[in-house]
Amino acid sequence: MKENEEQQELGQDLLPGWSALVVMLMIFGVLTVITLMTLLRGSDDHVDSTAEGRIAYGPEDFPELDFEMELLPHVQEAAEGKEAGVFTVPPPPFSEEYIFPCSECHADLEVNPERRELVDMHDDIVLNHGPAERWCLDCHNAADRDHLRLVNGTLVGFEESYKLCGQCHGTIFRDWREGIHGRRRGYWDGAKQYLLCAHCHNPHSPKFEAMKPLPPPVRPQFLRTAAEVEPEHAGATEEGHDQ
Amino acid sequence: MKTTDDRPKIDRRSFLAGGTAAMGAIAAGVTGASAGFIEDLLHKNFKEISPDRMQRIVREMEQEYTEKYGKNVTVSTKGAQQGVLFGYGLDLSRCIGCRRCVYGCVNENNQSRDPQIHWIRVLEMDKSKGINLEESNPYYNPETVPEEDSFYMPVACQQCRNAPCIKVCPVEATWQEADGIVVVDYDHCIGCRCCMSACPYGARHFNWAEPELAAESVNPDMHYLGNRPRPNGVVEKCTFCIQRVRNGKYPACVEICPVGARKFGNLLDEADEMRVLMRKKRVFVLKEDLNTQPKFYYFYAT
Ligand code: SF4
Ligand code: SF4
Repeated sequence: MKENEEQQELGQDLLPGWSALVVMLMIFGVLTVITLMTLLRGSDDHVDSTAEGRIAYGPEDFPELDFEMELLPHVQEAAEGKEAGVFTVPPPPFSEEYIFPCSECHADLEVNPERRELVDMHDDIVLNHGPAERWCLDCHNAADRDHLRLVNGTLVGFEESYKLCGQCHGTIFRDWREGIHGRRRGYWDGAKQYLLCAHCHNPHSPKFEAMKPLPPPVRPQFLRTAAEVEPEHAGATEEGHDQ
Repeated sequence: MKTTDDRPKIDRRSFLAGGTAAMGAIAAGVTGASAGFIEDLLHKNFKEISPDRMQRIVREMEQEYTEKYGKNVTVSTKGAQQGVLFGYGLDLSRCIGCRRCVYGCVNENNQSRDPQIHWIRVLEMDKSKGINLEESNPYYNPETVPEEDSFYMPVACQQCRNAPCIKVCPVEATWQEADGIVVVDYDHCIGCRCCMSACPYGARHFNWAEPELAAESVNPDMHYLGNRPRPNGVVEKCTFCIQRVRNGKYPACVEICPVGARKFGNLLDEADEMRVLMRKKRVFVLKEDLNTQPKFYYFYAT
């Protein structure tokens, strides 16, 4: 009698009952969902219609940018002359409307050390470099405007302006000297061109200006693939295929 | 050697794809062809081709490209310099995410314009979350960068010393050169894309279609293992601008970066910028826990 019961119980477990049906239904359901998800992801419907990354831009679309970056002739010369380790620097960046030497005008002008609003000349300068503590003659030499003046009174030319900046920005100055800070161009093992602080940072307002980024990459959903290329290709190139 | 045009139109990849069944037919078809063609078919790895043969291949390539693009193209096979191991530094505290490097790279390395291939991908990250690759966004496009709450992390090939992509390639079409650059032989690659799935940095890219590259956009200074135009169906990736750095120049992305975030040099030279950088700053590598040992170092200068 007891054996019979056990057999019955065993038999019930093996028979396809409700539980087995539920499990099968669940498996079926999961498979359906997976298939649907795969189909959905394969299309681009789930990408926001305003999302970027649909168009393949290339460097040709930005003629205003200089991607070639030819070396300065004297860097090229130095490199060819086997003078390894030559460092060259382009002339200091003066704004075009102004005249150098500065003494051409300033020699006849009275020195006015007062903090004031500049009118007529230099009114484009916005001082945003510790404006509360700083004024023109803290860096520009009052007696001889063709030079800059360090705190200890030493005069330095504009082509050595890094000495002036380095007085306060010592750690950056050190990094710059070693090539860790700033841009260098040319030869990693030889002649190169470096830039002065003032080539990248406006000394009167040194914070980097924000800029428009170049366009984002094409999302995989919008990437052209071999299948579409064959028929489309001829037409696309004919029309100039602009973006 | 015959001109390229009257050669039977079959390359190594389709030959392999054809399998042995087709071999008889192909063999019959090529009995009349020159020895060069058969050699091409059983193309040896770049490393194994004899210097003479290499010379011939390169000259042919130059001729073909010069005709095709109407420019005086040179294809270099210049090898690694003794005592040089290239390393790269990127200052995350400076990068503003402007993507000048991305397009400068495309301009230098003759990537396909459409279908688009970018070797550098700039990831936008949330300052409050730190380096979080899962939540990074490569498709950012605000009016201006940098944005207040974001920082930017450009990622390209990390030139691993222990590179997983090299280990998985079934045909040894990709390897590490003596100066540390991981290269691909586009004529040897069979396009299986194993290396793409092995690369933890998403640095490898596949030519899903015939690359589109206008003649006027071609950079004629090429290297066999670098920026020469790729065929359809092969994998490509950043080579530290092999055609530039083997001639002593900085990579294109180093020069174009408007904020000077990118540094490059020889890791074996004590006095080199890269070595100074690694001594003075705290550098880190991406996904260090994978033991890939990259030669691409990120750092924060300030
Ligand atoms: S060019 Fe320089 S600043 Fe711009 S995204 Fe590249 S590394 Fe960053
Ligand atoms: S796709 Fe990558 S793994 Fe495959 S053959 Fe080409 S280089 Fe080797």
